[in-house]
Amino acid sequence: MLKQVQVEHPLDPLLRIDRIPHIWCPGCGIGIVLNAFLRALKELNFDMDRLVVVSGIGCAGRAAGYVNADGFHTTHGRPIPFATGVKLAKPYLKVVVFSGDGDLFAIGGNHFIHAARRNIDMLVLCVNNQNYGMTGGQLGPTTPLDARTSTSPYGNIEHPFNLVHLAAGAGAVYVARWTVLHVRRMTESIKKALLKKGFSFIEVISPCPTLFGRYNRMGTGLDMMKLLAERSVVMNFIDPAEAVVDLRDKIVCGEFVDTEKPEYTEMVYRLIREKSGREVTSIVES
Amino acid sequence: MSRRLPEVGGVYIQMEDELASLVVVIGASQAGAKAMTATSGPGFSLMMEQLGLAIMTETPCVLVNVMRGGPSTGQPTKASQGDVMQAKWGAHGDYEIIALAPSSPQEFFDYTIEAFNLSETYRVPVIVLADERVAHMREKVVIPPEDEIKVVSRKKPSVPPEEYLPYGSEELIPPMACLGEGYRVHITGLTHNEKGYPDMSGDVHSKLIWRICNKIRSNAEKIWRYKVIGSERPEATIVVYGSAYRSAIRAFKEARREGLSVALLKIETVWPFPEKPLLDLSETSKGFIVVEMNTGQILREVQRVAGSSRVEFVSQLGGDLPDPRGILTKIRRVLDHA
Ligand SMILES: Cc1ncc(C[n+]2csc(CCOP(=O)(O)OP(=O)(O)O)c2C)c(N)n1
Ligand code: SF4
Ligand SMILES: [Mg+2]
Repeated sequence: MLKQVQVEHPLDPLLRIDRIPHIWCPGCGIGIVLNAFLRALKELNFDMDRLVVVSGIGCAGRAAGYVNADGFHTTHGRPIPFATGVKLAKPYLKVVVFSGDGDLFAIGGNHFIHAARRNIDMLVLCVNNQNYGMTGGQLGPTTPLDARTSTSPYGNIEHPFNLVHLAAGAGAVYVARWTVLHVRRMTESIKKALLKKGFSFIEVISPCPTLFGRYNRMGTGLDMMKLLAERSVVMNFIDPAEAVVDLRDKIVCGEFVDTEKPEYTEMVYRLIREKSGREVTSIVES
Repeated sequence: MSRRLPEVGGVYIQMEDELASLVVVIGASQAGAKAMTATSGPGFSLMMEQLGLAIMTETPCVLVNVMRGGPSTGQPTKASQGDVMQAKWGAHGDYEIIALAPSSPQEFFDYTIEAFNLSETYRVPVIVLADERVAHMREKVVIPPEDEIKVVSRKKPSVPPEEYLPYGSEELIPPMACLGEGYRVHITGLTHNEKGYPDMSGDVHSKLIWRICNKIRSNAEKIWRYKVIGSERPEATIVVYGSAYRSAIRAFKEARREGLSVALLKIETVWPFPEKPLLDLSETSKGFIVVEMNTGQILREVQRVAGSSRVEFVSQLGGDLPDPRGILTKIRRVLDHA
């Protein structure tokens, strides 16, 4: 006789189980990134009460809503300034911004460069699916030249950003790129970034079979994964300017920046202690 | 503030743009801090979507908008009261808001404290709607000792995290757990249910929006601040707020010297609009004289509330305060028609 048993997934405690099933399409890569993120937290035995996950708007932006930690779902493009506000009030919290390429680099691009420049302690995890998934597959700042999207029916005539180059140029202290197939390396990278003090950026190239894949006749989610496997090469610490993402040729992955510089909230609080003569570690009394 | 805040143990940051400024404030408030930002005209326009986020997530915070001539870059830096309707309706969707209009540096100081207290009480962003005149004015300000200042803080949950529903209380204003307090809240600008989770159903939306409106509407009488100066049963009443009050009070005094039966309604909370004093005054007043530094914004509210009375309008555009003589002329006109 068959007996039905319900087994808890090892990551269940880190999820808001009451919100599952999630909204993502079959074959989408966002869930893999969330999985790697949760795995990193679990492996670090991270204190979930000291974590705040912030998302913007988009398919990737739904991630904050699934993590069993404090989470905030901002307006489109604004997770980074929200995270900045949290850090300024309670510097002892770790904030992770989990959002999409459009959210972080189109509407929110300005905040990204300024947060990196200030070197505010946060991890920005960007799911780059080369388009605006949530709203019907429009082109975005990461859409490759010539690619078809719902708003580039004749092929994209805009040059895309190289996000790791942008992040490095803006001053991020940790910069890496992976594809959703690099689960182990991505997880290790997230662990490293979670422990790092300063502005860290991890880009994950991810398939959106429902829109970007369909517009560009790239087949199923699995076909798109195969393409990522074929095209990606790991070249750690090469010049980020050279770390190209070319779906027709190669996708350069790896860690590109890992450095140290004074962190912004530490400097803010050092100033407060100096000017007030008080041992202030957070402006919120606990 | 960049000089003063570190000295008193506070954080100051200058963001890259004004919408980021308001989002930082929302983030800090969600983490438990009291936070504010200040801007003028174009910056206020940039903040509108984020104002909606603060309203929807019921985040206490304070915004100072020093009104200047607009639209667009307009008249930096000349006085105007052109953003009164924007303060009420600037973000998309249905909501209620609180806005206070100071007419002197002392009131600017007092109302900013009051703004924090109201925002913490009602979990709503509160706008201090000043104008260039009052913002650049030098006048005596009495700063009371710290322990004499009334400070209100948001209500915290009394239940443990497992039982806490961020938007679930039967009260109009739910207790607020902040980030990092172990409650593991999920807060979203999407329409949300009692748990704070996105929920697109019509019922949930309707219930949420009515509560967001009703927490202000049903407490309006407690929130209203206004002063009625002058005759008990006036035949004409001046309605004014913000620094235009300074012209109006001069005209009022002149009219009284002439023995005219006038009163002055000084509106201090432009939102929610204090309807009651206007209704009371319209029982005896034959007419109202609305004085504003715009083309007629609160004028519409007065017409709405005291519709059957005669309503005269004194408009001043360009940056100067209204001329009291123009106000006097309109007072006489109302009384002549009596
Ligand atoms: C101010 C504003 N403009 C536009 C939108 C509509 N919108 C929602 S998500 C989105 C793009 C999201 O793209 P991305 O960040 O790449 O997320 P993805 O869905 O691809 O994961 C847009 C334009 C919005 N919500 N707010
Ligand atoms: S639309 Fe694209 S990005 Fe969004 S869930 Fe579907 S596959 Fe993923
Ligand atoms: Mg995208």
